[in-house]
Amino acid sequence: MKEKEIRGMVAEVKEGKLSRRDFVNRMLAVGVAAPMSWHILDFHGVARAQSLPRYTPTRAGGGGPLKILLWQAPTLLNPHFAIGTKDQEASRVFYEPLAGWDTDGNLVPILAAEIPSRENGSVSADGLSVTWKLKQGVKWHDGKPLTADDLLFTWQYAGDPATAATTIGTYQNIKVEKVNDFTVKITFAQPTPFWADAYVGAAGMILPKHIFEPFKGAASRDAPANLRPVGTGPYKFVDFKPGDMLRGERNTEYHIANQPFFDTLEVKGGGDAVSAARAVIQTGEFDYAWNMQVEDEILLRMERGGRGKAIPVASGNIEFIMLNVTDPWTEVDGERSSMKTKHPTLTEPAVRQALNLLIDRDSVEKFIYGRGGRATANFVNAPAKFTSPNMKYEFSVDKANKILDDAGWVRGSDGIRAKDGKKLKFVYQTSINAPRQKTQAIIKQAAQRAGIDLELKSVTASVFFSSDVANPDTYSKFYCDIQMYTTTMLQPDPERFMLQLVSWEIANKDNKWQGRNISRFVSKEADDAFKEAQNSLDPARRAALFIRMNDIFCGENILLPVLARTRMAACSNRLTPTLSGWDLDLWLLNAWFRPS
Amino acid sequence: MGTYLLRRLLIAIPSLFGISIVLFTVLALAPGDPFEEMATNPNIPPEVRLALREKFGIDDPVYIRYIRWLTAMLQGDWGFSFASRVNVDDLILQRLPATIFVIGSSQVLALAIALPVGIYAATRPYSVFDQIANTFAFIGFSLPTFFTGLLFILVFSIWLDWLPFVYRSDIDATGWRWYWEQVRQAIMPVMVLGLFQAASYTRYVRSAVLDVIRLDFVTTARAKGLGEKRVIVKHVVRNALIPVVTLVALQMPTVFGGAIVTEQIFRVPGIGSLLISAILSNDTPVIMAVTFVFACLVVFFNLLADVLYGWLDPRIAFR
Repeated sequence: MKEKEIRGMVAEVKEGKLSRRDFVNRMLAVGVAAPMSWHILDFHGVARAQSLPRYTPTRAGGGGPLKILLWQAPTLLNPHFAIGTKDQEASRVFYEPLAGWDTDGNLVPILAAEIPSRENGSVSADGLSVTWKLKQGVKWHDGKPLTADDLLFTWQYAGDPATAATTIGTYQNIKVEKVNDFTVKITFAQPTPFWADAYVGAAGMILPKHIFEPFKGAASRDAPANLRPVGTGPYKFVDFKPGDMLRGERNTEYHIANQPFFDTLEVKGGGDAVSAARAVIQTGEFDYAWNMQVEDEILLRMERGGRGKAIPVASGNIEFIMLNVTDPWTEVDGERSSMKTKHPTLTEPAVRQALNLLIDRDSVEKFIYGRGGRATANFVNAPAKFTSPNMKYEFSVDKANKILDDAGWVRGSDGIRAKDGKKLKFVYQTSINAPRQKTQAIIKQAAQRAGIDLELKSVTASVFFSSDVANPDTYSKFYCDIQMYTTTMLQPDPERFMLQLVSWEIANKDNKWQGRNISRFVSKEADDAFKEAQNSLDPARRAALFIRMNDIFCGENILLPVLARTRMAACSNRLTPTLSGWDLDLWLLNAWFRPS
Repeated sequence: MGTYLLRRLLIAIPSLFGISIVLFTVLALAPGDPFEEMATNPNIPPEVRLALREKFGIDDPVYIRYIRWLTAMLQGDWGFSFASRVNVDDLILQRLPATIFVIGSSQVLALAIALPVGIYAATRPYSVFDQIANTFAFIGFSLPTFFTGLLFILVFSIWLDWLPFVYRSDIDATGWRWYWEQVRQAIMPVMVLGLFQAASYTRYVRSAVLDVIRLDFVTTARAKGLGEKRVIVKHVVRNALIPVVTLVALQMPTVFGGAIVTEQIFRVPGIGSLLISAILSNDTPVIMAVTFVFACLVVFFNLLADVLYGWLDPRIAFR
């Protein structure tokens, strides 16, 4: 079957002439396996049927209390001030966005009447605007109706620099107009293929205009509602003590029939991840705990008690190693790792290739992370349509040795390879975190067998990830040869994520090391691919461009992906939560229930 | 007495001033960024973080920030938390009840154990009771609270399933049940702290009583034919308590300052856990306020202990 025919069939599926199942059957007939066919459809942006678990309760309420443990305690309840995920999670109990992301990266309407699309005409063909229709009859907790004015207000509020909202990046470069009481139109400055940012997911929670109106701009900190939210969510606010306890009760006027299931909600903060896991899995004092940064071995041991379990949720986060192509040991114009320098040894592709062969990803997965990660060769691992099929990983000390031998690197008397007086000695840094130190040790051992000496360095996380311009040990300064950390991909579209690979984002002294491209590797082809993808309205073309960028950086062995991380949650056996790797843990709290 | 108090209070002012300068400088020089989590979040452009830093004045030179903090503090404005954007005094007041309840009870428990055990052991030195009391005291203060805390959780929550190990400040019950739940959840943290404290108090009480019991006036009292009970309670204990009272007075700031480790283990929402979470998120206004309040309490209770000396022992004069 030719490419043209497949494209024709995809178009038919898109128009609804051909069912998805018929498409798969026809492909099977010509020898294309079913998963591959689904992949083709995904690749072409044909939405897959939503895979949300079934909600079985037949009436709202009656579920008793729901107890959640967020060991990193929420400290405020205004989603637009949220510094970290903890505050967003707590705010999400009360506030809702127009739509959320399910675990396959599809949009699920929450306050929207429907998801905008090209087919229903609400996403413009030129990619310059999108029109959202609001669900009618939704009420704020104080009884006032939700209207387009609230959306308009949320945009003005968050987009105003004086408000000091942390979501300003989402709202400052768009224009929102009210079409009628239940319709708004968002206009973008450039064609924007990824239009589902404002009003969607964690940054999209809508604030009530009548409550926040007097507290726009500089007065934003004084709003009593920052700690006493009035939203549209499934639970109404009862009481909040920052850093400790949040309580809510069932919203009897909730806009989805038969939801929510629980009568009261309790979110307790504080403590550490291990004891949080214990309170859910082992003693059953709590029903749910998030962000289980606990070694899988410990979780498995707790699960033997049979009261709860750990649930891994696939996410776009990636634990990876980065090689420095600039010289971190020479200072030029007041900065090290300057673009004006070249790394004496890592600029040679053979060395980078050898290093990639020395990462025993399978062992790292099996012995350190367990269910917490999956070995991978790709920088972008989800959603499936953006994942490259071209990259492979391998662990082979012999091959690494052969490559280095062929490239002329000869072992010295100390067992370390050298060429032209330059030795293969590198400093390899990461943040202090037990699994990372174990990973470092595994790689160091393998490297030793290939004649490469790695000096391990670990930096306290609060220093490593800080933006302190004066500190030489931050990850963005990258004042060493090799470093490893996890970078998060929060949206099921890699555009923002890919900023880490473009030349104009290189972290340097001029931008106070705020740039996102920390590897400092420049590829003209990747730059061009990014620029084209930014404006490309063809989902297939766009995905292909991002995959190309992934392949350039991974193929050049600049970024050496180790594990695609999963988010771990601890959950009581008597709770059915709906989780998603692309949204907050509590994104569909309204649909949580206890199976009978 | 009046002039003495006045002089002591006047000396306290420069020392508090010095403490505040040291605290502020150390915090300002410490690495870290309150908006660190935003640094790794690709959805938040770096300008947002820079704008926030500027708005909250983090980028100004240290001395300007200090002067700003000091003038605000003198006017009763404690500043606001970077993490929750709530006023710091509100945060501290919210945490105070739990801390006073848990740490206060543990101090009461410690004294209730230490006084009788210490006195009884001292009246019969090297008896079987004394040996046992000593052994337990040594075990007690050589086991750190994080160890006994975890041990208690393991035994009472996980194996026996008797007690909850997550402390809740809002208990969903009324009447007697509320009190019962309150006691049930406080048992473990109070025990852990109280037993640790009791162990060291016992040693102090025992040695203080031993010092006094050998003195001549005690022998005289016995020779007069006074009952043993009266000799111990009226003559020995009262004199022996002087060093113990000082010790307890100096422990008082911790009742308000909280116990960081124990509060963290049992999730008691007290001052200690506020401090540790503020430190972890580099929330400098909160760290500054909590440590400064703590410093004030230490200075105040030191003064109080000095005044108490004179009251307990009239021979000590204030000059």
